[in-house]
Amino acid sequence: MCGVVGLLLRDPSLQPRLGELLVPMIEALDERGPDSSGIAVYADRPATELPPTLRLSLGADEAVDWMALGCSLLEVAASGAEIHRFGAGLVLDVPEASLATVQERLAAEWPQVRVLGTGWNLRVLKDTGRPTDTCARYGIASWDGYLAVAHTRMATESAVTVLHSHPFVPARDLCVVHNGSFSNYATVRRYLLDAGVRFDSDNDSEVAARYLANRLQFGDDLEEATRWVMKEMDGFFTLVITSADEMSVVRDAFACKPAVVAETSAYVAVASEYRALAELPGITDATVFEPRPEEVYTWSR
Amino acid sequence: MESLNGTETLDCTVVLDCDDLGTRAVNRALRALPGGSSVSMRTPRGRHNLAVGLADDITITVEGNAGYFLGGLCGAKDGSGPDIEVNGFVGWSVGENLMGGTIRVRGSASQSAGASARGGRIFIEGDASLRAGISLKGGSLAIAGDAGAMTGFMAQAGTILIGGNAGHALGDSLYEAAIYVQGSIASLGADAVIDDMTDDDVLVVKRMVEESGFDHIEPERLTKVASGRQLYHFSTHNHGSY
Repeated sequence: MCGVVGLLLRDPSLQPRLGELLVPMIEALDERGPDSSGIAVYADRPATELPPTLRLSLGADEAVDWMALGCSLLEVAASGAEIHRFGAGLVLDVPEASLATVQERLAAEWPQVRVLGTGWNLRVLKDTGRPTDTCARYGIASWDGYLAVAHTRMATESAVTVLHSHPFVPARDLCVVHNGSFSNYATVRRYLLDAGVRFDSDNDSEVAARYLANRLQFGDDLEEATRWVMKEMDGFFTLVITSADEMSVVRDAFACKPAVVAETSAYVAVASEYRALAELPGITDATVFEPRPEEVYTWSR
Repeated sequence: MESLNGTETLDCTVVLDCDDLGTRAVNRALRALPGGSSVSMRTPRGRHNLAVGLADDITITVEGNAGYFLGGLCGAKDGSGPDIEVNGFVGWSVGENLMGGTIRVRGSASQSAGASARGGRIFIEGDASLRAGISLKGGSLAIAGDAGAMTGFMAQAGTILIGGNAGHALGDSLYEAAIYVQGSIASLGADAVIDDMTDDDVLVVKRMVEESGFDHIEPERLTKVASGRQLYHFSTHNHGSY
């Protein structure tokens, strides 16, 4: 199984309520993916912020003294860095100029730690255990923002760990969540490894995410890159893909995995099942439909 | 009006509020009702497995959108069973393995509507998504609107009536079910062929139109799709041996 969720807010007045709207969606899909979950939220940063800071989300499968790590990174990052700690990881704001130094120190002193995601607007949280518990433990309901993507995981192809959890963030501000399974991922991973792409896990969905980013690097737009994933990746999928200002959903040719979209003037929401949308405001007046197989649907802010 | 554990009696209609009851409690309450009862099911909020496994001829109105398997496993071998109406849309596999009774969906149905149904009638007033009538073993499935790809996949017996257009691979690997389409057919599946409409076919369709109320469907405008009988090894000439 697995559950996927995407929520793009069009009405700015809903932005303070993003987390509050998101949590019931995740809870409704808890039983589709009870072993782990991940949430990525995009929020606008103050336009006046100088120097420009990147937001790094860190995670690990082994125990890490996150506060010690945070302090250690603050030594090499310029002042003004902010740290938001949560159980299996940490979100850190780092001036873009200090990024390389931070990455060097991470590699040297904290080799078990991985960057879950990097973005201007993005924070990523992943943890094992029931998604409902994860939402409560980290107070997701209080998070604000304009776009969220989330995943509840029932692992079929690889281990249940933080680093195997979705969303995968293969490029800045680009998130991918996947319900389904790919069968030729080892082949595609070998191709990507030869091309110098690095992986954080042996998850099949991570291969699709990094292949997508690989295509974008070649100059494809998001829709073209998604078409390449459909062409080259063999298997079943409902994918929700987000960038800083877009959300896409695509399903395999047989529509083996479910997806339902609800669209109003205030938001676009996608979820594996309608019951995850049932609590959204104005849902009874929303346009509700199922994305057709092999059609790429994209919504912009 | 009396309220007891989320069950209310309003005139002669029993009101079940899904916000007050778990799915098993809803189904237990429905099963406990005597034949002829009338039930209004409130706030389903897309919940799965509502009104499943009911044999008696009770009338159920679902006030909202339901999830997967609505009305699954209902009815008896003689074709009797509950009369279920959904004032909304339904998720995957509405009326899965239906034996008897009637399910009417006022909105659209998601994938695999009527999967493996052996009897009864399913009426979809909107569209049906992919693989409607998959492995149908009897009974009838009428869709007022369009039907998705692979509708009638491996259907063995029974009737599928489509008032709108049919998607790709219609009737793929079909056995002996009959499919009637009023609109266009995107493509036929493996071993599905266009067959002649006989007088019997017209009678069958007329009865389904009457029962469903889908009177935009006109028998003379229909295309019949049946098995080419090349893919499976049964032959009607050997019928006595089976």
